[in-house]
Formats: sequence, structure tokens, C-alpha cells
Amino acid sequence: MPEMTLVEAVNLALARAMEDDSDVVVLGEDVGINGGVFRATVGLQTRFGPERVLDTPLAELLISGLCVGMAAQGLKPVGEIQFMGFLYPCIDQLVNHASRFRNRTQGRLTCPMVLRTPHGAGIRAPEHHSESTEAMLAHIPGLRVVIPSSPERAYGLLLAAIRDPDPVVFLEPTRIYRAAKGEVEDNGEALPLDVAFVLREGRDVTLISWGAMLKETMAAADALAADGVAAEVIDLATLKPYDEATVLGSVAKTGRCVIVHEATRTGGFGAEIAALIAERALTSLLAPVARVTGYDTIVPMARLEQHMMPSVDRIVTAARKACQFS
Amino acid sequence: MASKKMADGGLPVIARFEVRHRNYLAPDGSINRPLPAFASDANLVTALYRAMLLLRNFDRKAVALQRTGRLGTYAVSLGQEAVSVGVASAMREEDVLLPSYRDNGALIWRGVKLEEILLFWGGDERGNQFSGPVQDFPFCVPVGSQAPHAAGVAYAFKLRKQPRVAVCMFGDGATSKGDVYEAMNFAGVHKLPVVFVATNNQWAISVPLRLQTGCETLAQKAVAAGFIGEQVDGSDVVAMRAAAEDAIAAAREGRGPRFIEAVTYRLGDHTTSDDALRYRSADEVQARWKEEPIARLRNYLVSQKMWSKAEEERLAAECHERVEAAVERYLATEPRRPETMFDHLYAELPETYAAQRRQLAGEGDA
Repeated sequence: MPEMTLVEAVNLALARAMEDDSDVVVLGEDVGINGGVFRATVGLQTRFGPERVLDTPLAELLISGLCVGMAAQGLKPVGEIQFMGFLYPCIDQLVNHASRFRNRTQGRLTCPMVLRTPHGAGIRAPEHHSESTEAMLAHIPGLRVVIPSSPERAYGLLLAAIRDPDPVVFLEPTRIYRAAKGEVEDNGEALPLDVAFVLREGRDVTLISWGAMLKETMAAADALAADGVAAEVIDLATLKPYDEATVLGSVAKTGRCVIVHEATRTGGFGAEIAALIAERALTSLLAPVARVTGYDTIVPMARLEQHMMPSVDRIVTAARKACQFS
Repeated sequence: MASKKMADGGLPVIARFEVRHRNYLAPDGSINRPLPAFASDANLVTALYRAMLLLRNFDRKAVALQRTGRLGTYAVSLGQEAVSVGVASAMREEDVLLPSYRDNGALIWRGVKLEEILLFWGGDERGNQFSGPVQDFPFCVPVGSQAPHAAGVAYAFKLRKQPRVAVCMFGDGATSKGDVYEAMNFAGVHKLPVVFVATNNQWAISVPLRLQTGCETLAQKAVAAGFIGEQVDGSDVVAMRAAAEDAIAAAREGRGPRFIEAVTYRLGDHTTSDDALRYRSADEVQARWKEEPIARLRNYLVSQKMWSKAEEERLAAECHERVEAAVERYLATEPRRPETMFDHLYAELPETYAAQRRQLAGEGDA
């Protein structure tokens, strides 16, 4: 199997989906000849033509709204928003239309669309390029919110998102677009949505994360192992709807849980997971659930962004504290 | 040559635009200019008349239902019936309508049942599961947000080489939104088969047109998107149908999008929750009653000997019966069980929400 980066795996999945299904259309700013600002769509226009791989005018609301209209006609549009900070004009379309189209029409019309956007900080990009506001999206009923953490899962989950009959926001971890490498077989096989992946089994503490932050979370698990602490690492992968059973099963086993996300703490998705555990697994807990998150601040520009994001040290410290709690 | 002609400051004029205004029937129903051929087709013109009168009767009944607690907030079409009826009458079954919340005339023309419209305004999503063409869009409440959908639908038609047209309807207020302009701009780029219809009824709830735009016309907004905008007398159903026919034909033939500004007047309140006397005078409204579309067309029909008093009486009775029967069916609609609110959330309900559904159904704890 060829080794590739995460962004190459995204490209491979898009090409595969377009090859397999002529209803798949890719649209966004600079996705054509330029291949997208991160090159996720490189080569697609040459291969599938400008009608199926179209450069839109510079209008994000339009991109999301076009997807809704195309999807209502049975196309499977995959829209690209260049950075998560530019996603916000799409919120009206996601909340008022994409997510409720099936419900509004009681199944008469549906919205099988995907909106892809890079997620997160850490690439020293300009202002507004480093957002991780996934909790906002995960609050929207009727939507799916998916975020891969490796090339293999980027390929399999993006294929699943495109084939899914409902709208999916597909967040791509910018920081590991090229840093994450792995073997991906272009076999056209999707991975399941709504399912968490246990990346590492352990009996002492459960570490839950998603997207790029799994890099630090896995490194923290390594550091803990050196101390004789066996951490179980869960990649949530789908945030909406999320795999409660895997979370609860793991916490029942370990009794300790640390949730790691880059996004700000208050109202972050970690709060939802902590609440679930409090409601459904309180008696399993041997220590309070801990959250290691971005601070409750605006994501700083390049010079300070590293200080906002959870570090391996912060994760290890939180996990140790949970293990030592009595 | 125009390009040689110097404008102020000695700079050449490099672009000019014109906006046409279309009208055939004067407010009293007399004929202003040569009529399109269909205007002598008694079957067709009386069908337009019937549709407008049915809509007015239906609106009156809907307001009565709202006032007596049997319907939620409702938006009447009073005064602007010619727009939605005229436009829909020019569409084909396979075209796709993307309506606002005040285009009942178009929905009814396209086969949506009166009781389905009542069901929607009565607070039941099943009203949007309607009997109109299956790909027509539901009522769009967030103003103008359906315009990008129309561009997307039209893009799908073009991609699949289908000779179909998307028809997107909204009000004057919507033309102030980026949604509408973004959609028009994209439609212009790709010469998409889409027709945008702005019903300019002068009022966006309480905000008059002069606070909505500094333009002389809304039609000229199409110029900025690279296609033709036409202003039409929206209280003249003959003009509305003719303009819509031309625009839809052009779109279908691959000549790109069109924009129609239908100039009319909202004689009623914005909705049953509104009191228009708070922001406009009764005198203003009274004066505009002289232009309203139904009396105008009736005068035309009578003058052309296409319509008689007996037919008018028969139609009044028919409308009454049809509306009453629809109201009966609406009121007799079996309520949905509460847990069905989950049934169309996703194609397949994820287990975590299935547990909530069971709780709502009284089948256990979530």
C-alpha cells in the first residue's frame, strides 16, 4: 500500500468518489486548476472536467447554498470552504436548510451534501485561519460532523460522508494535512460514520480526542506508558452523532477520563462528553473527568497560537492527576 | 461610436443599461398596448382569473381560521395574486419552483392542495410533503435564503442537460440580502436556466422600498449579475404571465437567467401577526385598491365577453365550496404522534437519538 499524507488521502477519496459516481460534484474557491489552497482537489478538474469540478465565485454562503440546491436534485455536492474562519456565512444554510431539509419536507427532499473545511490552528496562518468551532456545528440537529485524524481515516470517512444520504460537515485537521503519513489502499471502502475508533487500548485512563489533537494525545499515551500507566485512546471521529457506547464502555473499564480538544473550553464538545459520563457512568468513575482544552480566549495569531493549544505535557499532567486521585 | 463619446470628465462611457417596463392592462382593465396571443384564449385567461379568486377566498378563510385559533401565523397574498399565479402558469410541470412564504398562488396552480398549505401554517411539517411536483421546494421562511438553492438546482439541470428551469420567488426585502445577489451572480457566470422573480409589494413588513434600496428599480440589480432584468406590472396578470413565459423560455433555451421585478402592492398586513396601520395610512392602502389585479382582470374579461355575471356567481360558489372542503380535511387531519418529530431527522435515526425517541413515545428512559 502506498504511503501518503492526509491531504493526499482526501484527494484520493474525492477522485474515487467522482470516479464511482457521476453525481459527485466538487465546488469551491480555487478548487479547479489551482487544486485548492491545500491542494486537496489537485488534478480533479483535469480528470473530471470543469463542470464537475468548479471554481465558484468568492462567496461562501453561495457555496453552501448551491450544495443544498444541487443535493435536492440528487447530485452529491462536495463543497470546500478554504478555512474554517470563512465557514460562518454558511451557518444559515447549514442550520436553516441543509440539516433540516429532510425533516422540513418529511422526506420528500433530502440533502446529501458534504462541506469540507480545514480545521484548527498550528500552521502559523493569518488571522481567521485557525478556528476550531466544531462544537457550534455539533449542536445542529440533522447534521453530521466528522473529523479524521489519519490518512486512512481521512480516506475512509470522506468516502462515507460523500455516500451518506444526509449532510456532513467534514473537518480536515490542517496541522497534520502533511505531517500525518500513513498507508492508504485505494479500495473504495468507506469507514463507518457515527463510530469512534479505539486507537490504543489501555486499562488505566481513557483519553478522548479528535482531529489533529490526537497527535499530542497519542504522544501523551506513550509518555504515560513509560510510567507504567496504560492509557486507552479514543478517536471520536464523528462528533455528531457521536459514539456514546464506546465512550461509556471505555470509562466503565478505566474509571478515568481526560478529554482533549483544541477548541475553547466553555461550551466545547468536551463538555458534552463530560456530561454524558456524569449522567451515565458516574459510578464507574474513580476520578473527576478532566478536560484539557484550548483556553477561553480568541485563538491567537501565529506568535501565540502554540500556547493556546493543549500540549503533551498538559495532557500527561491531567492523566496523572486522574490516576493519582483518591 | 458610443465608445468615442465622452462623458463627464472626458472619460468614455463603457457600459450602459436599460430596464423595460411591461404592462398590458390598465387598472380599469382597458388595454394599454397590443396583447400577447394568449390573452384571447378565454380558457387560459379565465383559468388565471379563477386561480386568483380562489386564492383570495382561501386567504380570507385562512385569516378567519387564524383569528379563531385554528391556524398559526399566516401570510396573505391580498393585492399580489397576479404575481404567483402568472408566474406558475408559465412553468412546466418538470420545472422547479422555489417559493417564499407568500407564493400560495403558485403552489396551488402547481397542484399543492389547500389543506396542505393550511397544514403548514397550522404548524405541521407534513404540509411541505405536498402534492405539488415532487421536486418543488418547500415554503422558505428565512428571506432570500432559497436563492442559492435555485442556482444549485439550475446548475444540476445544466450539468445533466435537462431542458428544465428553476423559478425562484422572493420579495423586495430579499433583494437586499447577499444570498440573492450571490445566487444571481453565480447564475450569470454560468448562464444557468433560472428565473428570479422579486415581488416588489413596496413593503418588507414595515420597511418601505425607499429604505431598502437606492436604485430606481429592483430589475436593474440583474445588470450587475450580467443578465436582463425586467420590471413588470405585477398587478396585471397578463403582463406577469407574458414576462414569465419569455423569461422561462429564454432560460430553457440556454440563453441564461432572467430577473423579473413584479411591481405590485401588499394590500394586507404582512402576516396575521402584523398591524400595517402602525406604519402606513389607510388612505395609502385605499388608493392602491384601484390597481388590484382581480377586478382589473374581471373588467378585461367582461369587456372581451369572456365572462358573465352568472359565471362569476358560479365561481364564487365553487371557491367557497372548495375552500370549505379543504378546511374540513385540514381540521380532520390526524395529529402526528410526538415521537414522529424524529422520523425525518436522518435517513436512519442514530441509536443515541432513537433512545430519545423511545422516551418521547413513553417507551422508557433516554
